[in-house]
Amino acid sequence: MGEILKLQTVSKSFGGVKALRGVSFSLEDGEILGLIGPNGAGKTTLINVISGLLKEDQGHILFEGHSLKGLSPWQRAALGLARTFQHIQVFADLTVLENVLCGLHRQRKTSFWAHFLRLPAAVAEEKDFESRAYQALALVGLKEKASWEAETLPYGEQKKVVLARSLVSNPRLLLLDEPAGGLNERETEELGQILLKLKTKGMTLLLVEHDLNLVMNICDRVVVLNQGEVIAMGSPLEIQKNNRVLEAYLGK
Amino acid sequence: MFARLQKDRRRLLGLALLIYILPFILHNPYYLTVLNLSALNILTVCGLTLLIGYAGQISLGHAGFWALGAYGSALLSLHTGWSPWITTLLALLGTIGLAALMGVTILRLRGNYLVMATLAFNLAVYFFLVEAEDLTGGPPGLPGIPPYKLGPLVLASDLAAYFLIWTVLLLILFLTFNLVHSSEGRALKALAASETAAACLGINPHWYKVLAFVLSAAYASLAGSFYAHYLSFISPKTFDIFFSVELVAMSLFGGRGSIWGAVLGAGTLTPLPHLLSFFDEYRDLIYGALLMGVLIFFPQGLMGLLERVLRSKSSGLKS
Ligand SMILES: Nc1ncnc2c1ncn2[C@@H]1O[C@H](COP(=O)(O)OP(=O)(O)OP(=O)(O)O)[C@@H](O)[C@H]1O
Ligand SMILES: [Mg+2]
Repeated sequence: MGEILKLQTVSKSFGGVKALRGVSFSLEDGEILGLIGPNGAGKTTLINVISGLLKEDQGHILFEGHSLKGLSPWQRAALGLARTFQHIQVFADLTVLENVLCGLHRQRKTSFWAHFLRLPAAVAEEKDFESRAYQALALVGLKEKASWEAETLPYGEQKKVVLARSLVSNPRLLLLDEPAGGLNERETEELGQILLKLKTKGMTLLLVEHDLNLVMNICDRVVVLNQGEVIAMGSPLEIQKNNRVLEAYLGK
Repeated sequence: MFARLQKDRRRLLGLALLIYILPFILHNPYYLTVLNLSALNILTVCGLTLLIGYAGQISLGHAGFWALGAYGSALLSLHTGWSPWITTLLALLGTIGLAALMGVTILRLRGNYLVMATLAFNLAVYFFLVEAEDLTGGPPGLPGIPPYKLGPLVLASDLAAYFLIWTVLLLILFLTFNLVHSSEGRALKALAASETAAACLGINPHWYKVLAFVLSAAYASLAGSFYAHYLSFISPKTFDIFFSVELVAMSLFGGRGSIWGAVLGAGTLTPLPHLLSFFDEYRDLIYGALLMGVLIFFPQGLMGLLERVLRSKSSGLKS
């Protein structure tokens, strides 16, 4: 059903560093799009611009046909544009379940007063949220650890908590910044399975990843970024054969 | 989630029982006065904990909000003759309005502007109370503030004030536990952990910072009003910035980020100087050393210490 996200000549500089130079591409509804490129290519910068943490210098971003210009990160998230971070992880001081419940915040319908006075509407919403959070935890295989302090989990499981937190509200589009970073082979394999499940649920994914194996296995299409520019776009097979991509990765 | 709320409600019930039995054991009105002041400090520190431990913001001006509640309600009741219940409510609404205005403008800025702004606010309130003698009575203070009444009952004695103040506090603690164990409380905790990550889940950082700030100011205003109508006399000296600093210290001492920490922090630090009066000139020294000791060696405060002890007793099991 057409494009869910459309980038039109998006540019961003930090002082003299041109992190993004006229990046244009689109995400089709329901696909997994891989975004790869060497260190410093501008992948994280692009995700930051799409999610509103950074303001683009030039260009346009359309989400489901509407311009995102001027919207702050929380407003974009409320529209169903979710993301994970390369570095920022679980919320300290909260349990695994509470972390995931935070992901449902955008779908809240109750007010401050309903919660302060704990009115029936607030209790009902909490119950509903809790069962949905458990579903998301089951999906990533962490249901048994729901009541653990999130911080005390091993790194790989913390990444799963963050993933569950970002997908629990069924966002339209999920931007993933190196979700396999720091995971071992088995965990990466599991992650691939989870992402494929999300796809069958109708979610659209933008996957930034250094693990090319994972990217080639699960992505429908791949975009290659190098020094802020899109240098190739196509199916995983086409990308693997592309000479410019090989040059960028192997350094001529 | 429900389990945690239930646990805190059970603890609160325990505290309530203790509170309502205590006056039958303690007959010295001096103890009741200290306990009443403790309750008012707990109320204020409870709000501050929402701001510091939950929203991750620091204020050094909450004595100013306490003063707004105290002078606002006292002056209104003295000049209009209205019931202190009404004037307490009006002072509360006025404080909420002012705090919202301050919060909306200041909390937009990144960085520690809130600390500076609240400090300046506290100083401004203090100098106003001292200078506007015709209105506020100036440095000598404002006497003759009427007490609360319940029908024919005048709540002027230490004992009556004890039941009034502690009941209000227990009620507000009950509501505060509702809040911290709801999506509102989680949103605030998320904000304190990482503003960026919270925003990317659809949590509006500005809104929640303002909410926590306004709530904390409201709690302080309530405490101020109850203080004024209980003691029937107030003076500017009570509301200087040292009191603001003391309140923050109580929050950190008890355990930042924990409502029970607020209860413990204010509940121990308020009576402490009275208990230490035995040591005479060494009193302040011991008080300061104790405060520093806990903050340095137990960054999670008394509550963190208590939890560690309890946990090691239950053989490291997590609940
Ligand atoms: N906040 C910033 N201030 C200054 N320069 C920045 C900032 N963020 C990124 N850059 C620069 O922009 C360029 C792109 O960085 P970016 O983090 O987007 O790369 P990346 O593709 O995500 O790399 P990696 O694979 O290492 O995560 C780099 O040269 C980086 O040094
Ligand atoms: Mg990156």
